[in-house]
Amino acid sequence: MSEPPTNTKETTAMSGENPESAPAVHTGRSAATSPTTTDGPAPALEVRSVSKYFGSVNALEDVSLDVHAGQVTCVLGDNGAGKSTLIKILSGVHTPDSGEMLFDGDPVTFAGPREARAHGIATVFQDLATVPLMSVWRNFFLGNEPTRGRGPLQRMDIKQAQRVMREEMAKMGIDVRDPNQTVGTLSGGERQAVAIARAVYFGAKVLILDEPTSALGVRQSGIVLKYVIQARELGRAVIFITHNPHHAYPVGDRFVLLKRGRMLGSYAKSDTSIAKLTSLMAGGAELEELSHELQRAVDPSVKEVAKELAAEVKTPG
Amino acid sequence: MLAAIVVFLLFAITDSSANHLWLKQTGVAAWTTQAAFFGIVAVPVGLLMIGGEFDLSAGVMTGVTAIVMALLVGKWHVNTWIAILITIAFATAIGLINGYIVVLTKLPSFIVTLATFFILRGASTGGVLLLNSGSTQITVTTAHPAGLSSAKSIFGSSFFSSGSLPSGYSTAILWFIAVTIVGTWVLSRTTFGNWIFAAGGDQNAARNVGVPVNRTKVLLFVSTALAAALVGIISFTQASSAVSEQGVGYEFFYIIAAVVGGCLLTGGYGSAIGAALGACIIGMAFEGVIYAGWDSSWDFAFLGVILFLAVVVNTLIYRRALKARR
Repeated sequence: MSEPPTNTKETTAMSGENPESAPAVHTGRSAATSPTTTDGPAPALEVRSVSKYFGSVNALEDVSLDVHAGQVTCVLGDNGAGKSTLIKILSGVHTPDSGEMLFDGDPVTFAGPREARAHGIATVFQDLATVPLMSVWRNFFLGNEPTRGRGPLQRMDIKQAQRVMREEMAKMGIDVRDPNQTVGTLSGGERQAVAIARAVYFGAKVLILDEPTSALGVRQSGIVLKYVIQARELGRAVIFITHNPHHAYPVGDRFVLLKRGRMLGSYAKSDTSIAKLTSLMAGGAELEELSHELQRAVDPSVKEVAKELAAEVKTPG
Repeated sequence: MLAAIVVFLLFAITDSSANHLWLKQTGVAAWTTQAAFFGIVAVPVGLLMIGGEFDLSAGVMTGVTAIVMALLVGKWHVNTWIAILITIAFATAIGLINGYIVVLTKLPSFIVTLATFFILRGASTGGVLLLNSGSTQITVTTAHPAGLSSAKSIFGSSFFSSGSLPSGYSTAILWFIAVTIVGTWVLSRTTFGNWIFAAGGDQNAARNVGVPVNRTKVLLFVSTALAAALVGIISFTQASSAVSEQGVGYEFFYIIAAVVGGCLLTGGYGSAIGAALGACIIGMAFEGVIYAGWDSSWDFAFLGVILFLAVVVNTLIYRRALKARR
């Protein structure tokens, strides 16, 4: 058995600032070997060589990853790489055909999304996170409304809901002046923030963000990346799913690359670079030659962008 | 609200009846009674629309439930209160059938309830002819049916009758006010109200955060059927009789009332008080045309114009609500 689940409260100590403390690197092919997490607490969520087949199609094969509290694990892959299948397994929509999942060190199987949520795994879906025509506070507490009174007089505690929503949004760095403002009037980045703040407030230990930046412009993406960092600083294990290494690299502590349902590798931040991630995603070994050429052409500007983004997201507030 | 005042003033100006009755008790009693009969159902139909669905069977349900009452009390001599319970159970069943067919088949509720509408219409007409020896009207013939007078005092009676208004105001008005208050409370204050908005606004997002969307919708279908049953019970206790095909065509008035009151046809937005005001506008339109001395055939043209204006205004508000910033 793996180590007993350690209390993951002292997470800020190992949040992103010193990626050296992250567990040892193991690449995809050998990931099925013993789950020896070196030092540090047990992962909040551990996936051991899961596979999922749809008929004869291998949607996901032998994929493993560790997700630690206070860390951002980025799952990178192009369209059709198996990202959405992985999300659906993690969030309880699908059950894997083989392999296992450990939550806080204990093996778990989820019968449905409700059960995954009950374990503290919250998924923020790209476009399906908030209801545009509803006010911010109604969205924030949707499905978990605070109530007062009993029997037929039971009603939502609107004042409390609005107060908590404003406090929680303030933690994300957003000042909601009018709590009755509809979510539809917020910017794309702010909408994601509502969904993230909500998941964090309702005790999500593992936060899965499905392509939170893909529909957004550069500025709005930057705002969302800031919230990803906020969620990490609040001690949550964040799984950031994206096809954009430029968004993943500045906020990620660990990078898992998927391609056609298989793992291309799993890297700690210190062992990789944007250029490396980009080239791996672009085609891997068979396109190595081409990627070298690309790297030469693109590298300086890429590095520049990376530095800027990194600087931007690290500035507090 | 503004629209209701405008329509009220319009008929106050065009009132050409002797003694200008529109502004007096007679006129008020007339349009509020008319409004109540529409509004009792229009409020839950509005809530259902906010929840993203339609109920086209609500109109015929007011007639069918009145017929069920009339058959039970007039023909089979059942105690009126027991008949009311049976009618409520029947309406609940129809609501559950509508709701479950919609959520399980994922067919548009427009089509599903249109089918229910025609089935109920045909079955009630045919059933009445069959059971009532060829007559379309069922009347209570016994002198004092058990429980009818007590039921009538609660459902089909009147209040504030005076010298200038011998018939008083219909009890239906009180039921209308009660339904509006309950509808407003549920929609704006309760957890269920939050779910209604979410079910109609974006049901996938709602499901993702654990809102029981299907249960919400089924309950809304039950509420429209129950509201229709309330109108059926009121109209039966008032008249002590029921006619087949009663209430046919009303389903559109409910939807018009809800839309005029600001409920979005696509769901996710609206209010109970809006639907109630919409019902008031329809009530005023129907009665006002008579008081203005116009040919009442123009009712529908007038309603059509109001509906069109309301939809245009609502769409503008909706666009503004979504795109206020950026």
